[in-house]
Amino acid sequence: MIAAHLPAIQIVAPLLAAALCVLVPWKRVSWGIAMAGAVTAFAASVGLLSRVLGGEDIRYALGGWAAPWGIEYRVDAVNGLVLLIVAGIGVVVTLFALTSVEREVDERRIPLFYGAWMLCLCGLLGIAITGDAFNIFVFLEISSLGTYALIAMGSDRRALVSAFRYLIMGSIGASFIVIGIGLLYVETGTLNLADLAERLPALTGERTVLVAFAFLTVGTSLKLALFPLHVWLPDAYAFAPSAVTGLIAATSTKVAVYVLLRFFFTVFGVTYSFGELSLGMWLLPLALVAIFTMSLVAIFQRNIKRMLAYSSVAQIGYIILGISFASVTGLTAATLHLFNHALMKGALFLALGCVMYRVGSVHIDALRGLGRRMPWTMAAFTAGGLSLIGVPLTVGFVSKWYLVLGALEQGMWPVAALVLVTSTLAVVYIWRVVEAVYFGEPSARAGSVSEAPLRLLVPTWALIVANLYFGIDASLTTNVAGQAARALLGGAP
Amino acid sequence: MRDQIILRIAAKILVGPILLFALYVQFHGDYGPGGGFQAGVIFAAGVILYALVFGLDRAKAAIPTSIVTWCGTLGVLIFAGVGVVAMFMGGNFLDYGVLLYDAEHAQHIGILLVEAGVLVTVFGVMVTLFYSFAGRRRSR
Repeated sequence: MIAAHLPAIQIVAPLLAAALCVLVPWKRVSWGIAMAGAVTAFAASVGLLSRVLGGEDIRYALGGWAAPWGIEYRVDAVNGLVLLIVAGIGVVVTLFALTSVEREVDERRIPLFYGAWMLCLCGLLGIAITGDAFNIFVFLEISSLGTYALIAMGSDRRALVSAFRYLIMGSIGASFIVIGIGLLYVETGTLNLADLAERLPALTGERTVLVAFAFLTVGTSLKLALFPLHVWLPDAYAFAPSAVTGLIAATSTKVAVYVLLRFFFTVFGVTYSFGELSLGMWLLPLALVAIFTMSLVAIFQRNIKRMLAYSSVAQIGYIILGISFASVTGLTAATLHLFNHALMKGALFLALGCVMYRVGSVHIDALRGLGRRMPWTMAAFTAGGLSLIGVPLTVGFVSKWYLVLGALEQGMWPVAALVLVTSTLAVVYIWRVVEAVYFGEPSARAGSVSEAPLRLLVPTWALIVANLYFGIDASLTTNVAGQAARALLGGAP
Repeated sequence: MRDQIILRIAAKILVGPILLFALYVQFHGDYGPGGGFQAGVIFAAGVILYALVFGLDRAKAAIPTSIVTWCGTLGVLIFAGVGVVAMFMGGNFLDYGVLLYDAEHAQHIGILLVEAGVLVTVFGVMVTLFYSFAGRRRSR
C-alpha cells in the first residue's frame, strides 16, 4: 500500500509536519517533528527514484480524479533526481538546524521557524513532483512564502530588508509565471503538463504561445537568479540564518532550474524553444556573463556568506550554460551540476554556519587564524572550496568535465576554454579565505574559540563526504543525469 | 468607537448574523457559490468588526490570540487528515469516495470536512493578521 502512495507521502509528510511544528510549544519537540517529516520525505524520494530508474513511469491521481481533469503527480528521472536532492539536503540541513537555529533565532519563534521550514520544503518538493502547471505555481508560492519568513528571522536587522526585497522580486517572478500559465490555459484549455505538451506543437505559430513562453522564461529566471535577475539573492543569502542559507542555496534555485527545464523541454519541446526561438543563443551569453562577472564580484566580498552567494549566481550560470547546448551531454552536465552544486554549496554554507555558531560573524577578518582553532570546520570549508573550484576527486570536477565535453561537442572551444579560465576565479576567492584562515594572525575574538560541536560538524561532514564520494564514483549520478537528459530531450514526460 | 451608539448597537445586532451567514456559506458551498475560503473570510470579518467597534482587548478576551493561531494550523491538519484517512481506507490522497458506505455520501461528507478545514485556517490566519497589525502601536 505504501509503495503506491509514495508520491502523496512525499508532500503530505512535510505538510503535516509543518502544521504540527507550530502547534507544539516546545522547540526540541518541534524540531523532532520537522526531522521526522524530512526523513519520511527523503525515504519517499529514494523509493520513487529507485522505481523510476527501474523503468517505471509513476503517476498518481490526487483525489482519484484522472489526469487531464484532476491534478496528477508524475515522476520521471528528471524530477526524481530533483526530489532526491531537495529531500536529502532537507534531512542534512534539518539535522544541522537543531543547534544552529537555537543560537541564531529568537527562542519564542523556533516552533514557527520550523513550521515555515517544513512549508518551504513541502513547496519545493511539490514543485518538483507535480504534473500540473497551476499546481507548480501554488507550490512555488508555498515555498516562497516560507522562504521569505525564514530569511526575515535572521539575527541581523538587514535580514528584514533583504527578505522584503526578495518578497517583491519573488512576487514579480511568480506573477509572471502565473500569467504565462494563464495564457497557455487560454490557448490550450488544459493545465496538465503532458496534455499541454501534446497540444502545443499544433499552436506554435500563435502569438499567445510566444508571449506565454516569454513570461514563463522571465518569471522562472527571476526565481532561479539568472543574471541579470539575481539582485535579490546575495543579500537574502547573506543575512538569513545559517541553516536557512544552507537549505535555500542548495535547493530553491535548483527547483527553479527544474521548472525551466520542464517548460523548455517537456512542455514547449526542444524544437520550439531551441529550434524555432533559438533560445540557446540568448542563454549562452547570459550564462557566460553570469559566470564571469559574478565570480569577479565574489572575489571582492568581505562577508564570506555574501561571497558564496555571488558564487552561487555564477554556478547557476554553469547550469544554464549546460542547458543552452540543448544536447544530451549539455543537459547531463546541467542536471549533474544541479546535484553537485547542491552538495558543495550546502557543505560550504554549513561550514560557515559552524563559524557563525562559534565566532558570531562570517566576515573575512573574523575568520583569520581560525584554522588552528576550528580545524575540522575549516577542513570542511577547504574541501568544499576545492569541490567548487572543480579539483579532481570532487563532484565539481565531474560537472565541469561534462560541461567542457558538451561545449566541445558543439564545436564551441572558446566556451570550453572560458569554463576552465573562470574556474581560476573560483581559485582566487576560495584562496582568499583559505589564506586568512590558515596563515592569518588570529584576531582577539578568534583566539579563544573552540571547535564547533559535533551536532554541527556531523551534517557538514556528511555533505563533504558526499562531495568526495560522488566525485570519485560518479557512475550513479552520471547515470541518473544521463537518463534525465534523455527523458528531457525525448519529448513528453 | 464605543461612544458611537448607532455603530455600537448596529455592530451588536450584526455580529451574530454575520457569523451565522458564514456558516450558511460554508454548508451551502457544494450547491451554490460559497465554500470554506469565503466562509472563513466572512467569519473573520465578524470578529474584526467586533474588534473595531468594541476594541482589540475585548475581542482578544473573547477569542484569544493563542486560539486564533491554533485555528490557523488546525485547519491544515483537518484538510490533510481527511486526505490521509482516505489513503488509509484504500483510496488515493483526498479521494473522498471511499470514506463512507457509498460514494455519493462519501464525496459529500469529504468535501464538507475539507472545506471545514479551509474555513478554520482562513479564519485563523485572517484574525491573526488583524491582531498583529492592530496590536503594533501598543507594543512599541
